[in-house]
Amino acid sequence: MFFKLGLDWLGKNFLSPKMFYANTTKLLPWLAILFMSFFCYGLIDGLFYAPADYQQGDGFRIIYVHVPSAFTGMAIYAVMAVCAVITLVWRIKIAAICMSCSASIGAWFTFLALVTGSIWGKSMWGTWWIWDARLTSVLILLFLYLGFIALQSVIDNQQTKERASALIAMVGVINLPIIHYSVIWWNTLHQGPTISQFAAPSIAPTMLYPLLAMIAAFLFFYGWMVLTRMRSQILLREMKTEWVKKIYE
Amino acid sequence: MNDIFWMGEYGTYVWTAYSITLFVFGLNIFMTYREKHKIKKLLKTLRDEST
Amino acid sequence: MFKSLLIILHYEILTTLRQAYSWLTPVLFFIIVVCLFPLAIGPDSTLLNKMAPGIIWVAALLAVLISIGNLFKQDAHDGSLDSMLLSQHSLTLLVFCKILSHWITHCLPLILISPILGILLQLNNQQELTLIITLFLGTPVFILLGAIGSGLIVGIRAHGLLLPILIMPFYIPVLIFGTSSLIAVAQNQPLSAYYAIMGALLLLSLAFAPLFTAFALKIGVDQ
Repeated sequence: MFFKLGLDWLGKNFLSPKMFYANTTKLLPWLAILFMSFFCYGLIDGLFYAPADYQQGDGFRIIYVHVPSAFTGMAIYAVMAVCAVITLVWRIKIAAICMSCSASIGAWFTFLALVTGSIWGKSMWGTWWIWDARLTSVLILLFLYLGFIALQSVIDNQQTKERASALIAMVGVINLPIIHYSVIWWNTLHQGPTISQFAAPSIAPTMLYPLLAMIAAFLFFYGWMVLTRMRSQILLREMKTEWVKKIYE
Repeated sequence: MNDIFWMGEYGTYVWTAYSITLFVFGLNIFMTYREKHKIKKLLKTLRDEST
Repeated sequence: MFKSLLIILHYEILTTLRQAYSWLTPVLFFIIVVCLFPLAIGPDSTLLNKMAPGIIWVAALLAVLISIGNLFKQDAHDGSLDSMLLSQHSLTLLVFCKILSHWITHCLPLILISPILGILLQLNNQQELTLIITLFLGTPVFILLGAIGSGLIVGIRAHGLLLPILIMPFYIPVLIFGTSSLIAVAQNQPLSAYYAIMGALLLLSLAFAPLFTAFALKIGVDQ
């Protein structure tokens, strides 16, 4: 019952572009403030106060940008997939707008994960790239993002664009576990047991808190960016309506 | 201070990674707000045309 | 209903076979790509034997990719796609027919010629047999997944290399298991797990891909 009440409240306040725009105006500065606070804390604590890892020395500090960007990249794809299903099944415009706006942000985070992972690999293992399961999976995720963005750019008709890219996002998320596990399997097949993975073993709390803070910061950044973009898109799409004209009286 | 900058031979890597991160963040903010300004400008021109 | 599907299958296969270009070029592409690799990496037999699974599978993947984009192109041009959408028969089954005929005309030649290419790349007999079986299990998955992409881009005129970019990540599991099975058979390891997984991927694609392709066609044509 609460679920239905919650959905009703969501629907009343966020479903139509006009209500969505009006109700997210106050939210935006908060997201920016939360992002900056978590980011500053995570940055300072991670760079200066967290104790150096006994195995990896200070080089492990890259984890504070690598793990959050990889996590956020995957989380954004999950959000896109949920929006894709909502777009295809219920044809809700807001979901389609969210999906399109999230794509480039997600691609940037995934790219960042690859670059920071590569730098980390160079500092730890002396090689700029290693075909381990996690980096390979993130690379494939980047391809999925880029394919989505490419498809969006080619189709002109707005409705077809939304539904076609929603379908490819949905097929992508269905395939993602299969791809991920086959890559893990491929990796264990071709690598000897002597080469260890990038994962840090168990992590001490003083090292963990900055990491959690950075993950939260990255997620708030995504929220801030995607909301701003969605609002711009709503204004663009609804530009002929009365309420948009009123904003620019 | 020197210790923080060099981080026991890992300094270049750590600082490169963090600066790339900051650059990507800044780029995203810049692109998002540039798009917003473009659309606002477009709406303002439409309003000015209709009045 | 099955009679009409058989008629469509018969029609599709005949029209494709009559245009030698459409079924011959993927095979020739496959052969040429495979022959490029020894020229690129040198004639060392052990090296070629080691790289052969990857080379043949990637070449087969590319050969499928270049032809799958045109799965619905002819139908979109001459209007039969619209009549497929409007017909009383389930679009999923019609799509399945097209996919089946596409596989028969484009992939069976690949599978038949692959042993010869295996000889060129120094594969041994056990590997040849495994190659045929795994290609048999894997190429339908390529076409099934490619059909989804092909349905999505059916309305786009200048799509270029969009379809390969969209679909290639989904080919990775089949590629991994196909090549690993060849490596495993060279090391005398049991193959039942590989066949089981590839069979599972095939069944999964058979169950869902025609459905998604029909959905994609409805999206793509509604312009």
